[in-house]
Amino acid sequence: MRHDHVITSKHLSRADVETVLDRAAEIAADPSAVADRHAGALLGLLFFEPSTRTKLSFETAMKRLGGDVVDMGSVESSSVTKGETLADTVRVIEGYTDALVLRHPKEGAATMASEFVDVPLLNAGDGAGQHPTQTLLDLYTIRENAGLDDLTIGIMGDLKYGRTVHSLAYALSNFDTRQHFISPESLQLPREVVYDLHQQQGGRTGIREHQRLEAVLGDLDVLYVTRIQRERFPDESEYRKVAGEYQIDRETLEAASDDLTVMHPLPRVDEIAPEVDDTEYAAYFEQAHNGVPVRMALLDLLLSEGGVSDE
Amino acid sequence: MSNSGDDRSEHELRVSKIHNGTVIDHINGGQALNVLAILGIDGSQGEEISVGMNVPSDRLARKDIVKVEGRELSQDEVDVLSLIAPDATINIVREYDVVEKHRVERPEVVVGVLSCPNDGCISTGDEPVDSRFEVVDDGVRCSYCGTIVREGIASLIEH
Repeated sequence: MRHDHVITSKHLSRADVETVLDRAAEIAADPSAVADRHAGALLGLLFFEPSTRTKLSFETAMKRLGGDVVDMGSVESSSVTKGETLADTVRVIEGYTDALVLRHPKEGAATMASEFVDVPLLNAGDGAGQHPTQTLLDLYTIRENAGLDDLTIGIMGDLKYGRTVHSLAYALSNFDTRQHFISPESLQLPREVVYDLHQQQGGRTGIREHQRLEAVLGDLDVLYVTRIQRERFPDESEYRKVAGEYQIDRETLEAASDDLTVMHPLPRVDEIAPEVDDTEYAAYFEQAHNGVPVRMALLDLLLSEGGVSDE
Repeated sequence: MSNSGDDRSEHELRVSKIHNGTVIDHINGGQALNVLAILGIDGSQGEEISVGMNVPSDRLARKDIVKVEGRELSQDEVDVLSLIAPDATINIVREYDVVEKHRVERPEVVVGVLSCPNDGCISTGDEPVDSRFEVVDDGVRCSYCGTIVREGIASLIEH
């Protein structure tokens, strides 16, 4: 694993993923064993876009390792409003902390920021680009529920702008998976991502694109649902028409395998009906909770081998 | 000029032979000004430059030629031209003779030459970084946001 930064899931090998997931499983089994492991270490939270789950789970993870966080706060209250560049901001905060978490609206922001700092930098989302820590908790959840090899997964919704989708697709191509992508035509995977997946997979695993869930639902071990956002459509009626075709409820799932695992990065709006929450299929709240042990594992690996608590 | 086997361009080149410098020949027709833009040559430094555009050519139906007096361009400087003028030939001239002749080769990366067409890319803002593109099979790819450009590369040249 590149122990300095976590920027994109494209850089994560199968061995890297397994290292993080194994560590996360150890931590989940006995969190008290690491309760003081990084006492005194500080994590800098630089969120240039709103976040609930990602930010709070990083904060929880760091505190459960015995460390603490410093938070830039909202963009409005920071020196960004005075015109400071991201390059300057990260160089300043680097001096206060042992690692940085960055979410930024511009694609490539984490790549650029990592060129200016020496402490580990974790990308918590860059525009429509990548969200690799979400991917690791997704992979952890998939491994717990369905296993990562000989896996048939359907990824549905906004595949064009959904950064969790791009990150997940790259990482899954390290494993023996069949990936089905289900979306309206206007929200298909970007051609860049398709190009990369074909390059990466070298024919070893397959990707297929569909417009209707029914075409593949019965074959799936995992269905990963994402939100289709209103602002991607020119008008409300077009949005309602399209979004309505990509919602699931108990009736939809009658055609699914009994072992199907339904995931969602959250927040959801109405793409998964609340009535699904109580079924055996639903794994999305478990998925959100897994963000803590997985981020604890990542921070532990980065801070331990990055030199802060070198043993 | 040494023999190129192309009588007409031989003639054209003879018209304005240079003393010392670089002749970039076999540029795709219409791309001469983009070549100068990529090289950062705009005449403001007093450089002596001759430009021939849409000159008849055997190898390319129409070609452009650029001659820069008093400056020998290095292979690194000219390789980036391969993105818009893949057939270009580089002639280094000393005392009116061609002393070196080479082709442009596709570089692995192109830094500070093209601007990313993705408005959402961090490299297009006010950050203190040069644009950077990796050269891939059939185009270039932004090292920051991953956008691939296959056509219209010349329109991305930073001026």
